[in-house]
Amino acid sequence: MSDQINDSRRSFLSKAAVAGSITIAPGVFLHQTAQAKPDDQAVSNKTRWGMLIDTDKCAKGCTGCVDACNSEHGLTGNNRPESDTQYIRKVSLVEKQTKHEISLPMMCQHCETAPCVDVCPTGASFKREDGIALVDKHICIGCRYCMMACPYKARSFVHEDVENQTLSAPRGKGTVEACTMCVHRVDKGGIPACVEACTNDDHNAMVFGDLNDENSEISKQLKKHGGKQIRADLQLNTGVRYQGI
Amino acid sequence: MKKIEYTKIKGHSIPYYGLLGGLGFTILLGLLSTWYMEHNGHHVTGMTNQIVWGMPHVFAIFLIIAASGALNVASIASVFGKKIYDPLSRLSALLAIALLAGGLVVLLLDLGRPDRLIVAITTYNFKSIFAWNIILYTGFFAIVGAYIWMMMDHNMYKFKKKVGLLAFVWRLILTTGTGSIFGFLVARSAYDAALMAPMFIIMSFAFGLSIFILVLMAAYNWTGRELGDAVIARLRSLLGVFVASVLYFTIVYHVTNLYITEHHGVEAFILRDGGIYTNLFWFGQILLGGLLPLALIYAPGVKTCRTTLGAICTMIIIGGMCQVYVILIGGQAYPMEIFPGYEVSSSFFDGMVNSYSPTLPEIILGISGMAVSMLLVTFAIKVLSFLPTSLADSIADPHAAK
Repeated sequence: MSDQINDSRRSFLSKAAVAGSITIAPGVFLHQTAQAKPDDQAVSNKTRWGMLIDTDKCAKGCTGCVDACNSEHGLTGNNRPESDTQYIRKVSLVEKQTKHEISLPMMCQHCETAPCVDVCPTGASFKREDGIALVDKHICIGCRYCMMACPYKARSFVHEDVENQTLSAPRGKGTVEACTMCVHRVDKGGIPACVEACTNDDHNAMVFGDLNDENSEISKQLKKHGGKQIRADLQLNTGVRYQGI
Repeated sequence: MKKIEYTKIKGHSIPYYGLLGGLGFTILLGLLSTWYMEHNGHHVTGMTNQIVWGMPHVFAIFLIIAASGALNVASIASVFGKKIYDPLSRLSALLAIALLAGGLVVLLLDLGRPDRLIVAITTYNFKSIFAWNIILYTGFFAIVGAYIWMMMDHNMYKFKKKVGLLAFVWRLILTTGTGSIFGFLVARSAYDAALMAPMFIIMSFAFGLSIFILVLMAAYNWTGRELGDAVIARLRSLLGVFVASVLYFTIVYHVTNLYITEHHGVEAFILRDGGIYTNLFWFGQILLGGLLPLALIYAPGVKTCRTTLGAICTMIIIGGMCQVYVILIGGQAYPMEIFPGYEVSSSFFDGMVNSYSPTLPEIILGISGMAVSMLLVTFAIKVLSFLPTSLADSIADPHAAK
């Protein structure tokens, strides 16, 4: 009797484990996120966070990643496109010779040798050990030299009072800001909002992961298919790579 | 050449107080403009996420360039031993400090967070040329201040030459730093050139001397002091050399870019298709700031005409402002080449020529920086003996006593 119960329990548990694995697997294996880091533990350069974007999968006209980013960081805008902040934008490209069309998301490329970090007079622009470029809003004086220096136009200046701030993304009038690679999520073992939105929309054009971990999905894909840097001539060793350009 | 006597100006007249009041009022308007821009945020200016540096920076950079150039007159006297410039040295050093102060005030008041000045001067990233500039500016004030002291204090006079040499070297490094703010920018096609540093140095020679001549003539005219033709003729011919040199560097910069295919786009934009920038380049920078002054400097018949010289200096200053505007705003207006070989479009104005319309508060802030400089000079020559009592040929010209 007890053996029968054990058999049935074993069978139930193993089926549940399989079902559970199928449910959780995409989150674990496709995105290859790191384990949540304890708050008191410093980031280390053993990890280099990066992103791989497959432009062939990036749907024209889709702004899922942009909408998710805006919502995540409370970027409501003031209907002034020239001065409103954009962390991520969709860029349409047409090759002049062949007329080949490409659509891709563009954001801070989290360069290893970031020009924004080099030029910042106070050190407000800085890089974490794990490769994420950030702005320390407490010591940014709003000189905008980093915006002059960024080769990707990835940074925005906060031109007016900000409202509806989210707890995880503090902003401030008169300082410069940009994509944080959703550092608040990443530090808790999550993935950036844009990548999550792209996956949820079933486009799967964006992969996030550790470039230093050769077993991560991003490293495997980069090894197999390659990935280009935008403005590779500048040799900035960007954390964001693209396929199909 | 007789012994030079320096005296303070009286500064009791109604026009003097009128001048102080006018400059003070302009500064007040500048402060109000700053309050308006900082209170509302920079969206009330013409500056955007595409044109991140605007009119205040044009004024600030012009004044900072001119500041180091204004010191040249003193350097020629103490470093190169040209005696005729010696009586002009005190004013030269004073003007240098005043122009730098005016430029820095504008730069500071345009920051997103000007209240964080203390952060800017205490927290340094030593890889940043901007941080180096902050140190260079502070050092310039200290060194040129000491230079004035050496010139004015008989006990310290023996150190004048050494401090003058230090000031000269420092000013060269300072303008190298200013030019390198642009020279070090790899991202934008219009910048990223080592030539920027020496070009800014030669620009400083021309802009600084123009302002110096105008201030000198105004100060002597308005105080009824004698200013002889010998000094004026020397400054005038020096100005000619400087203006020609600016033209030379401009030609080298553009010809080099025209040779390099990847820069053809930005060159076509500035030289041919850029609308306002093309017009400012050809009519402002080249014609008004270069060719016309050059022609007038060497034209026969007007060689001793002070009005013509005043007009020449004004043209060089306006042309210089145009040059800084074309470099600064034109360089940002031209779309950044993120994807060479592609037609680019996005919600963030990628691939588009960026538009910029300076607003009144920005312009007032810039002008108020000039007012700060002039107020400092106007006040300083009243409280300290910066000006020779007379610069008549019999006194100032080393060859006149023969």
